[in-house]
Amino acid sequence: MAKGTKLTQSNRAGWAFALPGFGLMVMFIILPFVFAIALSFTNQRLISPNPTKFVGLANYQQLLGLGTITLESERDENGAIVYDEDGEAQFPRLRGYTRNNPDYPRIDGMREWFSWGNDESRTYVLARDVVFMKAIVNTVLFVIVVAPVQAGLALCLALLINQRLRGINVYRAIYFMPVVVSIVVVSLLWRFIYDGNDGLLNNLLSGLTFGAFEGRDWLGSPSTALGSIMVMSIWQAVGFHMVIWLSGLQTISPTLYEAADIEGASKWQTFRYVTWPGLRNTAVLILIVITMQAFALFAQIDVMTNGGPLDSTQTIVFQAVERGYGKQDISGGSAISVILFVIVLTISLIQRYLTREKN
Amino acid sequence: MKHLKLTAGALALGTILAGPALAQTELTMWYHGAGNDVELTLINQLVSDFNASQADYAVSLESFPQGAYNDSVVAAALAGNLPDIIDVDGPVMPNWAWAGYMQPLTIDESLIENFLPGTKGYWDGQLYSIGLWDAAVALVTRQSILDDLGLRTPTLAEPWTGDEFMAALDAAKASGSYEYPLDLGMAWTGEWYPYAFSPFLQSFGGDIVDRSTYLTAEGALNGEAALAFGEWWQGLFADGYAPGTSQDPAARDNGFIEGKYAFSWNGNWAALGALAVHDDTLFLPAPDFGNGSTIGAASWQFGISATSEHPEGAAAFIEFALQDQYLTAFSDGIGLIPATATAAANSANYADGGAMSAFFDLTAEQALVRPVTPGYVVAAKVFEKALADIANGADVADTLDAAVDEIDNDIEANGGYGHM
Repeated sequence: MAKGTKLTQSNRAGWAFALPGFGLMVMFIILPFVFAIALSFTNQRLISPNPTKFVGLANYQQLLGLGTITLESERDENGAIVYDEDGEAQFPRLRGYTRNNPDYPRIDGMREWFSWGNDESRTYVLARDVVFMKAIVNTVLFVIVVAPVQAGLALCLALLINQRLRGINVYRAIYFMPVVVSIVVVSLLWRFIYDGNDGLLNNLLSGLTFGAFEGRDWLGSPSTALGSIMVMSIWQAVGFHMVIWLSGLQTISPTLYEAADIEGASKWQTFRYVTWPGLRNTAVLILIVITMQAFALFAQIDVMTNGGPLDSTQTIVFQAVERGYGKQDISGGSAISVILFVIVLTISLIQRYLTREKN
Repeated sequence: MKHLKLTAGALALGTILAGPALAQTELTMWYHGAGNDVELTLINQLVSDFNASQADYAVSLESFPQGAYNDSVVAAALAGNLPDIIDVDGPVMPNWAWAGYMQPLTIDESLIENFLPGTKGYWDGQLYSIGLWDAAVALVTRQSILDDLGLRTPTLAEPWTGDEFMAALDAAKASGSYEYPLDLGMAWTGEWYPYAFSPFLQSFGGDIVDRSTYLTAEGALNGEAALAFGEWWQGLFADGYAPGTSQDPAARDNGFIEGKYAFSWNGNWAALGALAVHDDTLFLPAPDFGNGSTIGAASWQFGISATSEHPEGAAAFIEFALQDQYLTAFSDGIGLIPATATAAANSANYADGGAMSAFFDLTAEQALVRPVTPGYVVAAKVFEKALADIANGADVADTLDAAVDEIDNDIEANGGYGHM
């Protein structure tokens, strides 16, 4: 009998035991995933008596469509550039080109995403869905900041509490506490902390600087909102990754440390040549887990800012939910989920490639 | 949560057991008021009165928290488990009727002849839902504030003009006694934005969608009038007249009472709280920006699900509920505006000269329902985001253009939502 068939023939009980788990996974993970891919090529609505139609890539084109246009600045009759009262060169309004202008069919319905140029001409990058573009940028920014900072901070905490000291468990519990509290509760609490009028943070900073610090509206200003959410998110989940680091630290054999001691290695050398190589696999795991979690950023946004102010905290998952349920556009929401899946998959593959075992 | 379910379950069970069970056909009903004890008592009283009043039907009630109610109905509709009687928020009704969740309501229409216009839910020329009450918004201030600032008291016949309104805000600002002259309630996200703020847009001459066809927002939401509205709206925040989107929800709830704001744009549900603290509280009509003074209409209403096998029983229950005594009871219990003048006359707050009678007049005289279209649900979300963005300093014309495009795309994607 071949080995492959043994798995199916003489192991019925094993399969039977696995069935409930498999069944649930198929029902709640694999089926919805297949659905999402299928729905993203249709015009399915959440509520509608209209029949569902296959629309090909229209949802993706709507989300990812980009265009550019270069405009000359406005000139007066002498040919001189017109400036406004702030000294900025005046350009014709984009809406004259992107709305119902038959000369520019490719950019019809698009909006300005960003632009560059000088007083004579400016190049505008237009997007069909500027909000989604901003959501992608914000999410990537969030991942780039949160992944290394959270992983690093968690490692520091793990090193600190990986000592045999009296009462060290108290610190472990304290660092781990935010992880156990619901993210919704944590987000609500931090909304009070960040409050612009008399939030804890403003009071604290004002007290520390003897009143020199002027209170600011952390979540209400586009320049600080995303940063505030990053800080809060790092704080909230750092304990979880600390525990994973800790488990990695405790798998390193004490004999290696003893050997390093005997060789007269300094603290830094011990960390660099004993601890860090021993944490290799843990580091890969943590980096991938944080990246995936960070890409799924939703609850904080939903509770704290709703994507505002001025789209400065829009994220991919928030957009997927907002579209799919809020705006009843299930196919659009599905398309966003598929795009997110492709992004995360690509990044995970790149991470795996970069951190592979080099032989 | 668990406690709520238990209570609701026990109450539902109680109502089943209370009736002479065997001969009656069972009707199920869903209601959005879980978590509000007074409201639950009222609706349970109504249900048990109906069950005792006749021998054919027995209604059993299940209550949901308001935040989860719409999702529950949509989920139940997709699964084919809708109850016989549902309650529905007025502006959402066309969406559910169009989607085939509801059937036309066949009740004796002479019963609702005298009902406030906002309580009647018509879609496609047919009545689908009817409300026992309406809600209204007013410019809340105090007589003493008007006197201090030397302002005339606007009336229904002669509301403030836009200029008078801005002059009033300037006066309040110049007095230095207030954190902000005006509280718009920017902390209340969601349906509050289109409900409370689209009347300002209408007063400028614009609207969320073009109501002549319901097929586009072009011109209505980004025309001259809408641009003027947008510039005015942005100025309210840029010039420090009103707290913006990051307003503290607690300040929204108590700010006016505590004297932080001279004027507050707020609903009848908050009126009793203000009156309890300041007995000279006034409820004034919205300013007239050129196209009349107007406010939003329509609150929660009753209707029959499309899958109900006993629509005549459900209609009998709804007809029973339309009696003045229940209109008055809901009004007295939770401060709602009774749907008829006679019920208002018997109510504690809305009788002639009653503390909140101004709201009844406002609703009767100048309330306008939100756009009656299945697409309203999406348009409302787009409108909310546009107003928040403009308040936060986004370019007015570009933001309104983008909102128009999004609404138009949605209408197109839904095949015109049945408007042809």
